[in-house]
Amino acid sequence: MAEQVQGLVLRRANEMAPEAIIEARAVEKFYAQPDGRRIQVIAPTDLRIYPDQILALLGPSGSGKSTLLRMLTGLAPPSAGAIFWHGRPLDGQRPNVAVVFQSFALFPWLTVLENVEAPLLARGVSAIERRKRALRILDTVGLDGFETAYPKELSGGMKQRVGVARALVVEPEVLFMDEPFSALDVLTAENLRGELLELWFERKMPTRAIFIVTHNIEEAVLLADRVVVLGRNPARIRADIRIELAQPRNRKTEGFIALVDHIYKVLTQPDLKVEEMAPAAVPAKPRPVMLPHARPGGIAGLLEILLDRGGRDDLYHLADELAMEVDDLLPIVEAATLLEYVRVHEGDIEITPQGRAFAEADILERKRLFRQAALAHVPLLRQIESALRAKADRALPDDFFQDLLDEHFSEEEAQRQLATAIHWGRYAEIFDYDAQSGRLFLTES
Amino acid sequence: MLHGAIRMLVPEKRGSRLIDLAIFGAVVALIYGVTAAALSWLKPVGEHVEISLAPRALPAYAGYSLLRLAVAYLLSLLFALVYGYVAAYHARAERIMIPLLDVLQSIPVLSFLPGVMLAMVALFPTRQLGVELGSIILIFTGQVWNLAFSFYASLKSIPRELREAATVYRFNRWQRLVELELPYAAIGLIWNSMMSVAGGWFFLMACEMFVLGGRDFRLPGLGAYLQTAADAGDTRAILWGLATMIGTIVLLDQLLWRPLIAWADKFKFEQVESATAPRSAVLDLLRSSRALAQLNRNVLRPVGERVDLFFARRAKARAASSKAERSAVARRVEDLFLALIIALILYGVWRAALTLSTLTAVEAKLLVRSAAATLSRVAAALAIGVLWTVPVGVWIGLRPRVARFAQPLAQIAASIPATALFPVVLLALIRWGGGINIGAVALMLLGTQWYILFNVIAGAVAIPNDLLEVATLFGFGRVERWRLLILPAIFPYLVTGLVTAAGGAWNASIVAEYFRFKGETLMTTGLGATISRATDEGNFDLLLVSTLTMILMVVLINRLVWRRLYKLAATKFKLEG
Repeated sequence: MAEQVQGLVLRRANEMAPEAIIEARAVEKFYAQPDGRRIQVIAPTDLRIYPDQILALLGPSGSGKSTLLRMLTGLAPPSAGAIFWHGRPLDGQRPNVAVVFQSFALFPWLTVLENVEAPLLARGVSAIERRKRALRILDTVGLDGFETAYPKELSGGMKQRVGVARALVVEPEVLFMDEPFSALDVLTAENLRGELLELWFERKMPTRAIFIVTHNIEEAVLLADRVVVLGRNPARIRADIRIELAQPRNRKTEGFIALVDHIYKVLTQPDLKVEEMAPAAVPAKPRPVMLPHARPGGIAGLLEILLDRGGRDDLYHLADELAMEVDDLLPIVEAATLLEYVRVHEGDIEITPQGRAFAEADILERKRLFRQAALAHVPLLRQIESALRAKADRALPDDFFQDLLDEHFSEEEAQRQLATAIHWGRYAEIFDYDAQSGRLFLTES
Repeated sequence: MLHGAIRMLVPEKRGSRLIDLAIFGAVVALIYGVTAAALSWLKPVGEHVEISLAPRALPAYAGYSLLRLAVAYLLSLLFALVYGYVAAYHARAERIMIPLLDVLQSIPVLSFLPGVMLAMVALFPTRQLGVELGSIILIFTGQVWNLAFSFYASLKSIPRELREAATVYRFNRWQRLVELELPYAAIGLIWNSMMSVAGGWFFLMACEMFVLGGRDFRLPGLGAYLQTAADAGDTRAILWGLATMIGTIVLLDQLLWRPLIAWADKFKFEQVESATAPRSAVLDLLRSSRALAQLNRNVLRPVGERVDLFFARRAKARAASSKAERSAVARRVEDLFLALIIALILYGVWRAALTLSTLTAVEAKLLVRSAAATLSRVAAALAIGVLWTVPVGVWIGLRPRVARFAQPLAQIAASIPATALFPVVLLALIRWGGGINIGAVALMLLGTQWYILFNVIAGAVAIPNDLLEVATLFGFGRVERWRLLILPAIFPYLVTGLVTAAGGAWNASIVAEYFRFKGETLMTTGLGATISRATDEGNFDLLLVSTLTMILMVVLINRLVWRRLYKLAATKFKLEG
């Protein structure tokens, strides 16, 4: 559990200075023939998996996508080159990853619950704890009530849900998916993709990155933040494309269609150099930092409690004592981390000097400090402030900002983002808001 | 009043107490049986163990034989698991172990007899235990190889993604064994166990009573009873013994194998639930037992959990320590072990060569003639088997209703060891003017035709309905139907059946060509007869040479005939879904 909290908070923190979780340096795969020749399956390839990203590896069948996945997970050693895990070479060690397989790879003689518990047993987790964690994750993926069923009693979609639950129960840092939806019918696959995105964006998933192998262009563009296109004979990376379309994505929008067309072209014309092609209309705006939905008062409260405990405590322990669910505490911790008032390390939360200053200040001083921190670390607030300043009457309708946010978030999330931003902005006295007219305006100076 | 009291005693299901009682009774009986047998094993070696032909001695004899079979089977299983596991996971060992298995499989049981018996009797010279152990090891040599091969083949065919799941989720060896490898191999192991135990019954007579270098060994048991009865020409005793053996086998089938097969259905590697699952009333009864449920909940599960966690935590601790160092040591031990085995094999080859060099031209000629005679008997038995089983098997297989009740009947018929029937068959043959020569073919046929029949039925059942419909639509005549559809479709199954049957027939030759009957020894020219005679006379040179000849024949025919047919079956005649 503490791992999960840490993962979530780190995910946010690392957005500013991303460091690859897994890095492949010049890995290649070849088979030596008896006559001394080599069959090159994968040409020397560099690939990095960053936190907070869904990366789709796209390629035609038999292009070596699955082989690459197996090298990245440590399932198969590369013939040359090396895999690095947080900068350290991965030799023989098992990194904390999970794989969702195309064939589901469930053990047919174990029940759903036993299948999900099996990885925990392998880690020496005791029976009661195993059951608790497995039930929780089964609940998350919507398999409530199927605990005692055997896989063969389930439909394909349900089986893959078990596969996902088994993967998530180990709280993997990277979730690998090897053609996870291609053995399913179209509707079931679409449904599961939606659920996967929901888990990811609502942070119900204790993973920091997803790596998905697929041969389906639309699937890649629907899911991924980044699509890596693989060429054949031998496999090599032909294009590395960032997808900046807002989620949830609509297959009918122009941007979507343009991207799919572009990737289709790359895939079907193996001799073409990607740089020479007209790049698709890909909006290249950076994705804004997502605001955790916490109130400034909550942040101040957390800091005060921390101060009482000598400035440092175990997160899980803290939630327990406050009789709060970790899920409720999490946005507050994330907000405090974003403002650099606290640092989270291996499940421990520690107050920073700025946090200490904020907690010890009086109400007016607090507002001043909060304003400083918010403008420094929250791009959205900075953006609102400068937009308002640019207007002669120093006022803008909230719809304006809502539209900006709609590009990056679902409609519902965009509303919540704006509500939180307004809450923070008012507290910091950066701007004020008239709910009646729905306008934001600068208050003084 | 009484009714109410009984109700109180049996709060949930009526009868569940009865089952508990029955289980309790069975456990007591088992303990008594094993103790009694152990006491007799520890008895000093008597000059002569008298085998009583009285029918009332039969239950005890059946018990002794069962215990021998059970111990031998458990040893076989243990050995097979280790052998299969090592062969599957050590590429270097695999290169030696799998061809070796081929050779070991083709050594007839009796050829092991002198070595095993002399060693065991030397180990326990004053106790009956030595002879008992020798007998058990003999039965073991007839049971173990197909089990080992089955486990090895299962391990090799585990789907890649299942294996990868076990690796990614960090299963340690123990967890991989109990959650992946054993369940995956379970069904194959159970079917092969049934075959192995059937083989044990087949050679029971040879394993319980034999002459070795002028010394007469006999052990109390069903096999010895039947052999003694045949020796004395006592038809009534033969029939009594036969009835007891069939009864025991049917009981074993109902109380052990059926429940096991029904239980193992959950290990079937299928994505969709099949319509007809095997059922067993005995298994249902056992499942409703509350005593067993409690034992499972309060003892088995907690102990299992402890063991699982112990291995998981040990593996975790090990993963943290250095890995390369251990594997270097392991590799050196492996090298040493391998070198030792190779040295042993070389020594054996050298000794065998020394023996061969003493072979005279006359003996060599006799060997060649014997080999040819046995080969033609095996071929005749197989041919007759194919001739009757193919039409009958196809007829049954194409009629699901018939198949449903014919299959269990055929299974019971097949489980009767042909050796036990042999005295009866011989009696009839002698009456009609036949001799051991025809008798030998008959025995081989009796022992092996079932393998062909079962496979033909399975092949006919597997012919897709749409192909049969196409044949009807196009108005195929009888000949076209057989030539274009049925024969090609059952071909792979037929080959599988023939391979098993041929192996069985070669092995059966040692009891078929040499038989003690009514106080005299009936024998004919053949490799099996040569091996049996060599054992009887304690002529080890002859035993070695004739055994080597048989191995050579079997392995050669496997390579030259069966393997090619297999390849053909797997490529050209494979029906793909």
